Amino acid sequence: MTDVALSRKEDHRLLTGRGRFLDDLGRGALCAAFVRSPHAHARIRDIDVAGALAVEGLVAVYTWEDLPAGVRDPLPLLIPHPSLTHGRTPYALAREFVRHVGEPVAMVIAADRYLAEDAAARIDVDYEVLRPVVGIETAAAAEHLVHADVPGNLGARLEQSVGDAAAAIAAAPHRLAFRLDIERSASMPLEGKGVYARWDGEDLRVYSSTQTTTSVRMALSAKLGVPLPHIEVIAPDVGGGFGVKIMHPWPEEVLVPWAAMTLGREVKWAEDRREHFISSAHERAQIHHVEVGFDDDGRVLGLDVRILHDHGAYTPYGIILPIVTSTQLLGPYKIPSYHATVDSLYTNAVIVTPYRGAGRPQGVFCAERTMDKIAAHLDLDRAVVRRRNFIEPDEFPYDHGLTFQDGRPLIYDSGDYPQSLEKIKALIGWDGFAARREAAAAEGRRIGIGLGCYVEGTGVGPYEGAHVQVVSNGHVYVATGLTSQGQGHQTVLAQVAAAELGIGTEQITVTTGDTRRFGYSVGTFASRAAVMSGNAVAVAAGKVKEKAIALAAKVLGADPGSLECAGGEVRARDGSAAIGLGTLAVLSNPLRYSFDEESARAGQFAGVPDPDTPPLEGEPGLEATGYYSPIRSTFASGMHAAVVECDPETAEITVLDYAVVHDCGRMINPQLVEGQVHGGVAQGIAGALYERMAYDEHGQLLNASFMDFLMPYATEVPAIDTDHLETPSPLNPLGVKGAGEAGVIPVSAVIASAIEDAEGFAIDAMPISPSQLHHLRGAAR
Amino acid sequence: MRITLHVNGVPRSAEAEPRVLLSDFLRGELGLPGTHVGCEHGVCGACTVLLDDRPVRSCLMLAATADGHHVTTVEGLAEEAALSPVQQAFGECHGLQCGFCTPGFLTTVTAFLEAHPKPTDEEILDAVSGNLCRCTGYQNIVKAVRRASELMES
Repeated sequence: MTDVALSRKEDHRLLTGRGRFLDDLGRGALCAAFVRSPHAHARIRDIDVAGALAVEGLVAVYTWEDLPAGVRDPLPLLIPHPSLTHGRTPYALAREFVRHVGEPVAMVIAADRYLAEDAAARIDVDYEVLRPVVGIETAAAAEHLVHADVPGNLGARLEQSVGDAAAAIAAAPHRLAFRLDIERSASMPLEGKGVYARWDGEDLRVYSSTQTTTSVRMALSAKLGVPLPHIEVIAPDVGGGFGVKIMHPWPEEVLVPWAAMTLGREVKWAEDRREHFISSAHERAQIHHVEVGFDDDGRVLGLDVRILHDHGAYTPYGIILPIVTSTQLLGPYKIPSYHATVDSLYTNAVIVTPYRGAGRPQGVFCAERTMDKIAAHLDLDRAVVRRRNFIEPDEFPYDHGLTFQDGRPLIYDSGDYPQSLEKIKALIGWDGFAARREAAAAEGRRIGIGLGCYVEGTGVGPYEGAHVQVVSNGHVYVATGLTSQGQGHQTVLAQVAAAELGIGTEQITVTTGDTRRFGYSVGTFASRAAVMSGNAVAVAAGKVKEKAIALAAKVLGADPGSLECAGGEVRARDGSAAIGLGTLAVLSNPLRYSFDEESARAGQFAGVPDPDTPPLEGEPGLEATGYYSPIRSTFASGMHAAVVECDPETAEITVLDYAVVHDCGRMINPQLVEGQVHGGVAQGIAGALYERMAYDEHGQLLNASFMDFLMPYATEVPAIDTDHLETPSPLNPLGVKGAGEAGVIPVSAVIASAIEDAEGFAIDAMPISPSQLHHLRGAAR
Repeated sequence: MRITLHVNGVPRSAEAEPRVLLSDFLRGELGLPGTHVGCEHGVCGACTVLLDDRPVRSCLMLAATADGHHVTTVEGLAEEAALSPVQQAFGECHGLQCGFCTPGFLTTVTAFLEAHPKPTDEEILDAVSGNLCRCTGYQNIVKAVRRASELMES
């Protein structure tokens, strides 16, 4: 269609309006709408659906009472953990109690969404309003309970420990203790969730805007009693995920397919923006009580962190987030004695599951604020204190002695933190900043500089797989089970296969997240796609190459060692013979019936067969399946720095400069890595200065719209300077580490550091608005 | 009621209730799902289409209001077989990731560059500051607008 160089294989359809997102499918399907709780905590006395029955086009109304076994049971607890002693999950439709505003109470199915919403509005639910638990401290005080059978609102108490932190702190020459807070925010993809299901009496096909089709498939098989081979789940184009779509199965993800089966009709539900705010997951809210002991040089001797984690009304995703916070808090530093406890608490608010960064922004906020406070206490340069605490480049693999979120030891694979520090200092102008500050001050301007470092466990297991197939025209089809939400996997995975097979990426088509094409997968989260599926594609493509060379050797009568895969063919290195991959694909599949000239070459009477060997040796087809399963995670790292200006009058905070040094191992596609960093930083700036979930004391979310939840526009995101470092991971053949979440992780720490530097008083809670900064100025006076 | 629009240069007609939004009419009745709905309250800009060559939020407008008008959606931006300069620039500069907000940016920027063929950086920032993108951090979107302006000049 065009010869311009687009960056990605995905782009042409997305630029021409030919992408297909969930709500673009199922034109003419019945539509679902949900009656949701307007109360944060209530008992349902009665549901009167009579009013809805008059709506023309109404097909069905369902409440919990109507649901069959399986569908009426509580939704799964996806990641059980020994510390999660009081895990609770919701029902797909509320049974007697609602525990957050937005919890689904009834499902309406009608001819279209307008009519479904008309009917939903006429359903009358009688609630006995109960006292809500709003905010972490209220939850910890436990005057009221979210679940009557969970004392203290305590879902889990988790402990992580290395050495004797209490003793090390007590014996340290210097000690500091302080509290740090981070508020709720959310992934907030531009496309909400959605489900569309078709049932033909035996087979169920479900399209979902999910980050894991294979796991949704297994959950639906268990819930709906449909055998796995009779369910297919497909993620179409997905309009951003950032974590919220890894949570599954959502109530709607079970209910919509069930309704399609029950009614024998296609049924669709596409979440609207208000629904997304009040029923899709949030993240981030934690309170941290930090105690640190350190020596005269600023070296940390002991660190103790007590974390209060708000997990919302239910715990379907377990306690992955505080596990990540309590391990990744250590960052690039050697902390000889460390102790962390987490109290994971119920509140009457939307559930909390991973949002890009997933517990790391909070952990990094703790570690980096700690470094800044040590520097301030000893009157040392903040970069110097960090440098003195770094793990040195020759100390890898570095074992922290803790257990990571994948249940495996927290051992860093590789990195070069001192070099990253030098790069970030150069990029932001760290050493010359004093003069710049003075010059600004002379003009009556107040500016400050901040720094933040992080290490991110990426590419967690257990595994991913891929299937690579060459068809008879030489085109290569790659399929992997994990899903895409805009990262450019179709491009990156094509690059991996292309490098292995010696062909151009234009000869390769990649499918992700379609269980019809690949049924075994974990999903897209934890910056794992390039590491896991990237290496799986390399394994599968490598097998195809081997197969092609073996077959070519047989056909050409050549020594396999003299052949190579290049230019879309297998050829002798000396140029004496060659055979195309497409031809090899034909010959790999001995045929009785031919249907064109190409396939006739594989017919029974083509050529002179060896009468003593069977026509097929091994498996037919120039195709292979490969899996990659690492012993443990890779650890990407990076450092950010920023210069901010705080208006002396209005307290408006402007980010003047933002710099990123990023190390995700070998980069398969630097342009796409950079894009990931940009997007992450923008979400980080959002979480530092603009976005929060404003719950009132009744548990009402006051800013559940894009009018009131201040998602940054282009005018709020500063220009981002980036530099890269590539320390390859020794754990996988491609040497890659993940890049998806990196950009967001240290931003709140960096901005707080810079504002603190500009203002001269502590910034211990994020996000921070101009009015909050104004109040802090008042308090500091 | 019967509503007739000139969509991407073609007269299109369909029945719809008076309350149906232009976005839903384009997507559902006319089968043009390239226009995306991100917030349903006019803030995100994903649903932006050109009404008589001017950008409007199709989620804030009733289809009936657009009766008789010319509408350009993302499906109508490519000229014959070739991508428009704006589409080409977004592709070259990696100005999109998930692609959900992209149709709104493309229509907005197309109208902007018609009116401001040689924009300053400040004008560019201003022009795209009514559209939300959650993926790109806007860095490459701003670059793409600059690049589109170059492509249109050459």
